[in-house]
Amino acid sequence: MMANVRLEPDPAPTAEPSGEQTAMVGMAGALCGMTTVRCSRATAARLASLMLGGDAASNPSTARDALGEICNMIAGNFKAKVSNLADHCMLSVPTVITGEDYSMETPEPSEGATLAFTFDGEPVWVALIIHE
Amino acid sequence: MKRLRVLIVDDSSVMRKIVERALRQAGLDLTEVLEASNGAEALAEAQKGSLDIILSDINMPVMDGLEFLKSLAGVEAVKGVPVVMITTEGSEARVVEALSAGAKGYLRKPFTSKQVRERIAPLLGGAL
Repeated sequence: MMANVRLEPDPAPTAEPSGEQTAMVGMAGALCGMTTVRCSRATAARLASLMLGGDAASNPSTARDALGEICNMIAGNFKAKVSNLADHCMLSVPTVITGEDYSMETPEPSEGATLAFTFDGEPVWVALIIHE
Repeated sequence: MKRLRVLIVDDSSVMRKIVERALRQAGLDLTEVLEASNGAEALAEAQKGSLDIILSDINMPVMDGLEFLKSLAGVEAVKGVPVVMITTEGSEARVVEALSAGAKGYLRKPFTSKQVRERIAPLLGGAL
């Protein structure tokens, strides 16, 4: 909404999420888990430019911060939509990882959902992980 | 159209720029945009006076938005200046707390320019 774009669900996503930028926001309290948004550096820069205008795309730090804010808004809105959760669950500040060669291990048991979208033909992955 | 002096309070520099952009896209003519990364910095700016509107996040380090809002009550220089909370924290309890503490409005991220215009324009009289 703040970038004034609509992400379309990817009808044929690749098997695994990909992209050199991963934003993460943790949740703790009545619900513990994490929200992540992952995309390429170019996509993050493009989104930053749409949100901030001008040459935001030319500053990698700005692009990372913008992706972090997108992840923050997704986590915040998820929290707000779950009844009785809003006041009993805190969000962490966004963290952004640069790089593709990593794997994420979460403590068991946990449940999660990963959604694949496309923006300008490029993938954007949004994941929600809840620790039981 | 009146030119406005705005104070934007958020610990994220990116979000401060996003809010400024949304205000301009909503049609506000901004003569000066002051920024603060927490409530304590914002309080120092507010005490200098000459503000037309303040927009503040809630969750910030050092001094959060609600504490900042309550502290503004003792600042003569901002008497009558509307404060709008802009945040991802949208629980009803938080909204009630902010409005009870003196906020004149509440915007939940993400927001559109249309929402900015609808929520903020009435607070600024003939500024739009």
